[in-house]
Amino acid sequence: MSVERIKTQGSEAVGGQSAPPPAIELKAISKSFGPVKANQNVDLKVLPGTIHGIIGENGAGKSTLMSILYGFYEADSGEILINGQKKKIHSSRDAISFGIGMVHQHFMLVETFTVLENVMLGAEGAPLLNKSSQSARKELLKLSKEYSLAVDPDAMTGDLPVGLQQRVEILKALYRGAEILILDEPTGVLTPQETDQLFKILDILRSRGVSIILITHKLQEIMAITDRVSVMRAGTMVSERETSETSKNELAELMVGRKVLLEVDKTDANPGEILLEAKNLSYKEDGVTKLDNVSLTLRAGEIVGIAGVSGNGQTELLAALSGICPLQSGSIDIGSTQITPKNHKNPKEFRELSVGHVPEDRHRMGMVTAFTAQETAIMGFHEDPAYNGKILMNNKAVQEHCTRLMQDYDVRPEDPKLKSANFSGGNQQKLVLAREMDRRPEVLLVGQPTRGVDIGAIEFIHKNLIAMRDAGSAILVVSVELEEIMSLSDRILVMFEGRIVGEVSGKEADARQLGLLMGNAGTQSTGSEQQNNNNTTHSEEIPA
Amino acid sequence: MDDLFLLLLSTLDSTLRVSAPLVLCAMAGIFSERSGIIDISLEGKLLAAAFAAAAVAAVSGSAFVGLGAAIVTSVLMALLHGFACITHRGNQVVSGLAINILASGLTVTLGGAWFHKGGQTPTLSGDARFSPISLPGSDFLAEIPFLGTIYVELISGHNLLVYIAFLAVPITWWVLYKTRFGLRLRAVGENPQAVDTAGISVTFLRYRSVIIAGILCGIAGAYLSTGQNAAFGKEMSAGQGYIALAAMIFGKWKPVPGLLACMLFGFLDAMAVRLQGVALPGIGEIPVQFMQALPYVLTVILLAGFIGKAIAPKAIGRPYVKER
Repeated sequence: MSVERIKTQGSEAVGGQSAPPPAIELKAISKSFGPVKANQNVDLKVLPGTIHGIIGENGAGKSTLMSILYGFYEADSGEILINGQKKKIHSSRDAISFGIGMVHQHFMLVETFTVLENVMLGAEGAPLLNKSSQSARKELLKLSKEYSLAVDPDAMTGDLPVGLQQRVEILKALYRGAEILILDEPTGVLTPQETDQLFKILDILRSRGVSIILITHKLQEIMAITDRVSVMRAGTMVSERETSETSKNELAELMVGRKVLLEVDKTDANPGEILLEAKNLSYKEDGVTKLDNVSLTLRAGEIVGIAGVSGNGQTELLAALSGICPLQSGSIDIGSTQITPKNHKNPKEFRELSVGHVPEDRHRMGMVTAFTAQETAIMGFHEDPAYNGKILMNNKAVQEHCTRLMQDYDVRPEDPKLKSANFSGGNQQKLVLAREMDRRPEVLLVGQPTRGVDIGAIEFIHKNLIAMRDAGSAILVVSVELEEIMSLSDRILVMFEGRIVGEVSGKEADARQLGLLMGNAGTQSTGSEQQNNNNTTHSEEIPA
Repeated sequence: MDDLFLLLLSTLDSTLRVSAPLVLCAMAGIFSERSGIIDISLEGKLLAAAFAAAAVAAVSGSAFVGLGAAIVTSVLMALLHGFACITHRGNQVVSGLAINILASGLTVTLGGAWFHKGGQTPTLSGDARFSPISLPGSDFLAEIPFLGTIYVELISGHNLLVYIAFLAVPITWWVLYKTRFGLRLRAVGENPQAVDTAGISVTFLRYRSVIIAGILCGIAGAYLSTGQNAAFGKEMSAGQGYIALAAMIFGKWKPVPGLLACMLFGFLDAMAVRLQGVALPGIGEIPVQFMQALPYVLTVILLAGFIGKAIAPKAIGRPYVKER
């Protein structure tokens, strides 16, 4: 090995013609967690100054691979070469010292610290902060300017919008001298505009010679920004392509291992009578307005999508429409029943009014992870006489019901006695959906139908939602995935700070227009102007 | 008027004496809890240290050797807590309670076996105790009215450990907010993953924090048995570790507010002693139990509503598991 290395270095020195060594080269990396083989014989080459995408479904082993590269785990076997040199990475400290920086999916920031403190943490220099924070501030401002990453060093990190927090993460890596930057699902929490901004930043970084690894499960991001792309499936690297020579469809097929339908196949909606009408709903929590005069109607045979960056009132809207939060003002008409602050109905009574609810966070509200699948499958309907004897539960009936749901909704493994926690995210979601959809509710509220769900299951869930619409149910879908909203919905409502700020017909919607509404930029001004305005509010401290 | 002034001074003077161990324990709690380790074992460390100080001082005849023994004992208990909570990711409250019970039983058992006085240690005198220090200039400053009186009556005339206790506050503040160690310590209590991914060992950082807590509790324990009193008595910490914990929470895990909370509790305690058997006009004699209960009642009331939300370090009580 060492001989080979000396040879390559030698030939470079003499010839000067041969290509520089890859910034990162992984050879035959394997890692197991108990019986689970997270990575098997994975090879990867990232050329310097390029953006290399790694795409794969949840659980394909992308994050494990990057954690190994960043020293979070150690590989069981295999080699890591950085700029052609073989390195051992035992800890994040090693990775940082070799010039590797990582922006994690969940930011590694201390929310109660200022931006400056976060950037310094772990790279403070001297034991006393006074002097080192001065030089850190200078360096931070310099980097901000050099890479157009404006952010106020004294802002409290937790108060910043996620887009800026992510910027702090990037600055943190650059401050530590990173030449190789790993981004793990960086766009999951961003608006389309923030995503555009991030891609501009990545472009600048690439032009300055930074090598970037972009981990994502979103095909259009790979197509938009990467130079090369590697596809992972079930812990192995299945193929590598030049981005310019591949297509979304090919990548999707490689990811899943079979052909998938990217577009949702659906006919035009045929809306009928109004099944649910909400009027002027307002809701305050601890003095903060969460819902501000929201009115909407759901008609039979249509899917209404709620778009918006998470935290703009979608959660509260679902809670109000399903009876979890008592109304504070306004009213909801379901059929001939009117619900008002004085005439409250609890979630059980909502269910009896034929309102089904698939909660946004299935672990917190959709199921008890420690329960068996069959228990999960009847939660909320557990008082149904069909499942109960005089005193004891009729376990046989419960089990039969669950088995049928599992067959109808393709939940795998088909084992009603298995603990709910032991199913994959997609199968958990299918089980919760099955429970709610099987009752054929007139109104179905669905929060984040495919969060943390792999492509195959997404396809299945979308098909079923549309089938239910065609059978005459009214469906409300809340999702932070814009693509999902656009492909499912017949009408799209956009929420911003608790208000509905726009309505677009599903056919005419385009991502850019929706993105502007989601950032409350309206339709009159252009996106980039608005974005710049937003930025300047945080960049006052930065000398131009 | 003069009498009232002197009475106030002497009450404040005893406030300082009573709050000194509270202050040390509260600062210990801040170090431990700001790093994410719940420290309910302040009480146990305090008690064990008090016993170690008195026992070793009685045998060696030196208060300083006693102090050393107190610190070593307290640090060992802190390490035990750390071993359970940091290395083995145990439940921090359970581990703390175990240490408190251990200290409570062990001090009496060992004391009985060594000194045969029913858990008491021999009465200390001379160099085996920390005696009051007259600060320089007390003689001639006493002549100056008011300020001089304050200096002589209130500031001067405490033992060394009281001064250490009050110095511990600015030092704690400085370490927390002005040093690299402090920055990392505050970070690890909020988001240990951020610290880990920055290439810093969460385990080592947390161990250092609990060791510092051990040292401070050790000093507080030595103060109880060799400064404030002249022997160790069974259960002599009498819940002061818990009071300090409450004061620390009351002070929102910050050194200066924590100090003020300790002094408030100390003041109430000093008042309780002063008012013992005194009939107040219009009210009559206040039962001493009422005054003794006051700090606890106050803690509950204040925590329940008056000081707003006490926001704990985010990662407190959660063992760090390197997983995603």
